[in-house]
Amino acid sequence: MPLDTRLRFETFVVGAANRLAVSAARAVAQSPGATYNPLFIYAASGLGKTHLLSAIGHLARQLQPDLRAEYITTDELVEQLHQAVTRGEVESFRGGFAELDILLLDDVQFLTGRQETQSELLRLFNTLQRSGKQIVLTSDRPPAEIADLDDRLLTRFSGGLLVDMGAPDYETRVAILRRRCGERDVEFAPGVVEEVARLAFANVREMHGAINRLIAFQTLGEGEVTVESIRGLLGDHGNGRAYSLTPKSGQYENFLSGLAVAVAQHIDARRVKLVEATAEWRTQGYRTGALERALQSAETPDPEALLREFGAKVERLRALEQEIVALDPTQRGSVQFRDIEAIEELERVAETLRTSTAPPPPPDPAFLRSEFEVGPSNQLAAHAADTIVEEPGRRYNPLVIHGGAGVGKTHLLHAIGNELVAASGGAMTVACVRASDFVDELIAALQDSAIETWRGRYRRVDALLIDEIEQFAGTERTQEEFFHLFNWLVEAGKQIVLTAGRAPRTLVEMDERLRSRFEGGLVVEIQPPDRLVREKLIARQLAVAGIEPVPDVLRAAAGLEVKTARDILRVAERLAEIAAKSNGRLTSTDVSRVASVRRSTPIHRATPSGDDLFSDREKTVWDWPDLSGRIIEDLR
Amino acid sequence: MSLVNYATREITCKIVYYGPGRSGKTTNLHYVYGQVPDERKGRMVSLATQTDRTLFFDFLPLDLGTISGFTTRLQLYTVPGQVYYQATRKLVLQGADGVVFVADSQSRQLQENIESLQDLHANLGEHGMDPRSTPLVLQYNKQDLPRDMIMSVDDLDEALNFRGVPRFTADALHGVGVFETLRGIAELVLKRLASPAEAGRG
Repeated sequence: MPLDTRLRFETFVVGAANRLAVSAARAVAQSPGATYNPLFIYAASGLGKTHLLSAIGHLARQLQPDLRAEYITTDELVEQLHQAVTRGEVESFRGGFAELDILLLDDVQFLTGRQETQSELLRLFNTLQRSGKQIVLTSDRPPAEIADLDDRLLTRFSGGLLVDMGAPDYETRVAILRRRCGERDVEFAPGVVEEVARLAFANVREMHGAINRLIAFQTLGEGEVTVESIRGLLGDHGNGRAYSLTPKSGQYENFLSGLAVAVAQHIDARRVKLVEATAEWRTQGYRTGALERALQSAETPDPEALLREFGAKVERLRALEQEIVALDPTQRGSVQFRDIEAIEELERVAETLRTSTAPPPPPDPAFLRSEFEVGPSNQLAAHAADTIVEEPGRRYNPLVIHGGAGVGKTHLLHAIGNELVAASGGAMTVACVRASDFVDELIAALQDSAIETWRGRYRRVDALLIDEIEQFAGTERTQEEFFHLFNWLVEAGKQIVLTAGRAPRTLVEMDERLRSRFEGGLVVEIQPPDRLVREKLIARQLAVAGIEPVPDVLRAAAGLEVKTARDILRVAERLAEIAAKSNGRLTSTDVSRVASVRRSTPIHRATPSGDDLFSDREKTVWDWPDLSGRIIEDLR
Repeated sequence: MSLVNYATREITCKIVYYGPGRSGKTTNLHYVYGQVPDERKGRMVSLATQTDRTLFFDFLPLDLGTISGFTTRLQLYTVPGQVYYQATRKLVLQGADGVVFVADSQSRQLQENIESLQDLHANLGEHGMDPRSTPLVLQYNKQDLPRDMIMSVDDLDEALNFRGVPRFTADALHGVGVFETLRGIAELVLKRLASPAEAGRG
């Protein structure tokens, strides 16, 4: 069948209801067989199916003039087939269609009940599709709704693109009417076209009919059509006959009011704050399950209280994170630190870590600063110690106290520790450890692969006091670790106090970098106790025993040749024992007795015996009953 | 992506109509479009190109005006239902806040419905969206067809609605159930906007 030359894409008004179909039709016309094959367009009667088919044919021929496009209605196809069968020319019928490039088949809903045509069409379909030829079909209903349709045809119809066209919306209707008026060169009074577009028509064809009547009315000189006269002129349509495709009033409004309820319910102002805060926490990586559950609950939560509670929990999480990471750096970055529901678990972890990583040993409370007697021999060290207690980590860092054995270094070290703790009201963590223990702990940590824990343990202290630092000699790893710990603590403003048996610069067994750091703080020496110190020590020790010695005795005792505070205390102890036996009275003779015994002690200390007799203090050490014993001892 | 902007008090959400070919997705949009007052209508856009098939979908922006103090906009999309437009469907689905699955109630379309639903889940998964928490409603369309051609609502429930999401029967061509469906999905989306974790299951 020849194509209607008026039915082109240029004359087809595209609206929302048919945009898809038109786009698909254009695509097909521009490259037949390549895009949607078959293209199945369905729409109610009078909405432009035939127009589209024709437009495809025109455009395809325009683009490729030698292209063979054939438009045929289903009725006509049935008729042609009948004739061919009657004349016995079925083969030539088939051959004619098989040579087409585009088959445009209109109204395929009429295949209902045409079994012969259906099977012939199926054959044609296969032929054309095999050779990549385009097929376009139209129907007033989707393929699945075409009664009696062969299943094989149904699948083929649905196998390409199915596209429908709806009734045009208001704007499109206006556009269609205006185009029609333009074609007819008719101009209506303002508002007429728009009014017609608002009227109820079953389809575009009917609307065309209506505008044709109005055009005829106006061009036949019956007077100008006005908005008011339309209803009278159009009869049925003008009387507001029900029009299935015009908006059913109220649906949209109902939808809107329903939605308003939903918005008010879900996004009301009281929740806004909560939602925003939730989003904020989420961007920080925190899990906000609790807040989300609150939002989900039917009752509007109290946002203020919820957020306060959540904020407090986050604070606790942060504190736990800090603590746990300090104790066990491998936990850094754990997702649990972002989940408030993991707080209980984290508390347990922290508790375990706390107990398993008890702080380093504190200073021995037996060593009191008040019992450290000061004299010229140690006043510099005592002054430095007092300064440190006043301003830990600020003035002398590190403080290195050196001196011979028994001069009171350890006493002063522990005393500094105790004072620091006392001055901070117990808040400071002070580690006071012998160097040999420090080494042992490090070795144990290495054994247990707990080096990080060990480091964390020491890095948490506020002051690190190490006794007898020279025992680091020969321990490369310890020195290495201590070096880093030293730097970390000093940088963090934590006080370090060290004691050494010799001046730091003479500790050649230590790393140069450590020695130079020791020298970089304050190095003070405690010399063997001077007379004043000795006198104070003895007086105090006797006072503890409830004895008030006469000055002569005290002077004599202080005058004894003792090199260490430790020995002085021993002398004082001995004097106290003698005094206890003589009703609290002491004489210079007692002092000389003690002095002679005192000299014997190193021998006892040097030769520890396996014999119980000699280790019995009562029998071996102090209480020599007679002169001969003393003489023998002197001779030895 | 969806947006609740509390500063400017705006809500914008993207709703995608998904389903097998010819189940009535575009019909839904057309009906909505037809009902919206002129001053609220955006331009309905349908895109199709012959070489780049990925651009083939309907887009209907709906400016609902101020609702409870929020300027509310819905962006409605349809995906092409035909099996081979997989890439397009995936693209359109990107950033969707809610999905309306339009099922064809006809008994013979059951397999297509199921395949399309599986396809939806797969595509959501590929976008990193959890199908269980993405707001979803089902629409059993074409319920106006003769009883012997279509599946009952119970049968459809059993075949498609295993997650128990809200479902609506519809005759989209004549507008039955269209707005009910849209309201259903809009409410789910709003619920999820308000509390991101739990909605979508309701």
